[in-house]
Amino acid sequence: MPLLLKLFQFTLSGLTTGSTYALIAIGFSIIHNATGIVNFAQGEFVMLGGMFMITFYGYLKLPMAPAFVLSVFAVAFIGLLLERTTLRCSKSKEIFNLVMITVGASIFIKGLAMAIWGKSAMTLPPFSGDDPILFFGAAIMPQCIWIFGITVSVVAALNMFFIRTRTGKAMRAVAASRRSALLAGIPVNRVIALSFFLSGALGAVAGIVLTPVTTISYDSGVMLGLKGFSAAILGGYGSMIGAVAGGLLLGALESLGAGLVSSEYKDVLAFLILLIVLFFKPAGMFGKGSLRKV
Amino acid sequence: MKHLPLMVFSLVVFALPLGMGNNYYLMALNIAALNVMIVIGLNLLMGYAGQISLGHAAFFGLGAYFSAVLTTTYGFPAWPTILGAMVVTAGIACIIGIPTLKLQGHYLVMATLGFNVIVYIIMIQLGSVTGGPSGFAGIPGLRIGSFAFESDRKIYYLFWAISIGILSLSLNLIHSRVGRAMAALSHNEIAARCTGIDTETIKIKIFVISAAMASLAGSLYAHYISFISPGSFSIFFSLQTVTMVLVGGMGSLWGSVFGAILMSLLPEILHGVKEYNVLVYGFILMVVLIFFPEGLFPSVRSFVATTFRKKT
Repeated sequence: MPLLLKLFQFTLSGLTTGSTYALIAIGFSIIHNATGIVNFAQGEFVMLGGMFMITFYGYLKLPMAPAFVLSVFAVAFIGLLLERTTLRCSKSKEIFNLVMITVGASIFIKGLAMAIWGKSAMTLPPFSGDDPILFFGAAIMPQCIWIFGITVSVVAALNMFFIRTRTGKAMRAVAASRRSALLAGIPVNRVIALSFFLSGALGAVAGIVLTPVTTISYDSGVMLGLKGFSAAILGGYGSMIGAVAGGLLLGALESLGAGLVSSEYKDVLAFLILLIVLFFKPAGMFGKGSLRKV
Repeated sequence: MKHLPLMVFSLVVFALPLGMGNNYYLMALNIAALNVMIVIGLNLLMGYAGQISLGHAAFFGLGAYFSAVLTTTYGFPAWPTILGAMVVTAGIACIIGIPTLKLQGHYLVMATLGFNVIVYIIMIQLGSVTGGPSGFAGIPGLRIGSFAFESDRKIYYLFWAISIGILSLSLNLIHSRVGRAMAALSHNEIAARCTGIDTETIKIKIFVISAAMASLAGSLYAHYISFISPGSFSIFFSLQTVTMVLVGGMGSLWGSVFGAILMSLLPEILHGVKEYNVLVYGFILMVVLIFFPEGLFPSVRSFVATTFRKKT
């Protein structure tokens, strides 16, 4: 295969994985904007999305569309539950404490998933067959088109939600200043709950579309969460365009690195990028100004 | 009188194995001593610098693999290698700490977590050096001159002597000028800066010192167990060490000792749940954080103090 085609092929497949990173990164940003915390359980939402889809679609043989919707809602409710039961009950509201609670929640969810779904990796059949489609000479799996299409529609819908609806505007207001939003009569607690609900849903979508391409097991969450976080940092933490751009770029770089250098160290690359970004431009590509240094 | 608790503790530690046979619990206590070393360092970071590291398993692992590979494959002497490993690990911690600790917010958590993943992958992939996923065996035991630490009992005294040494140094540190600066930093970083404390440097220093302590524990672990595999240095162990700090209470060094011992012995007590220890750890971590944000040890102590006061 000529080098140029090879590069094209790697970039395309990288962009598909990258778009799921973008979804995870948006989830991180939404919770960060509402609460100021890093939600460590974000990766577990992705894992749970895949697991629920396998249960509803693979075992219970529901049709695909209802299984998809059910899985997304199931994980969204787990996100809501996480906020309602642990974070809201916490005696100390210090960010440090809340971040650690999400760490605890993430390993707890991982342990539960192991108890429920077992240790072996599971997968799903692709949504529509696996005959590759040729696109300018590069082969694309139909699943990749699904991933891309679903991500684009989700991002577009979210964008509309944030710009057009009252609730979306309230969420943006809380992100801009929690205090002023509270003074303006915005129910901040409900916004926080909603942010967890949305992040759960986004994580679930990422997990569902990704499962047929890779596989999913109880411990996949950590790695996916970290990739999403790296993407969010790369794009600019808290920024929506940043999350999308960061996700796509990270996916492409990772795929090129794996294809051209070494696939064993593919996962290392994402963290090297994370460290490099933190070192040279911690605000990321689309971050607002520089991060406040204490 | 300031040194009384330390002396009493040393006496108890010294006397404890006299009543025990050369049994399984001695081994568990040896591992607990290593955990005490890591957890004290981590508590300085979490309790005083207000930063979380989820990469201490990686520093622990770096120490272990440095010692294992250099002494076994290349025949380096054990003790200088341990020191060398500490220096190298400290250098690596510097590289991670400098960019991330400058930023407000919890970037160190993710950076260390990512670092832990990288180290873990390298341990598995670099099979020709590290033995890959199946581990690295045949690491020689520790000796000083002609005296070999070959039994669990001898190791017990060595390890606990080192951890009590680290404890007493750390207690001195937090009562020193630097320690007061650290306390100021933990209360209010901006106020601390206003009084002329270089908070950035202090945070980096604490992080580097705690990484070096973890490396020391790792080297000792490798020489003691004589077999290491990547599984011992995964993120889960990092989480365990953080749980130990939180159970003992952040900022309380005695709490850390208590937390490390309790959480190291817990798996031995709860034999049946081995399969689900991830679940148990996650649950304990959440419950402690939600209901006892100051830590289990300080909560128990204040509870005892209040009930005692009512009676008299």
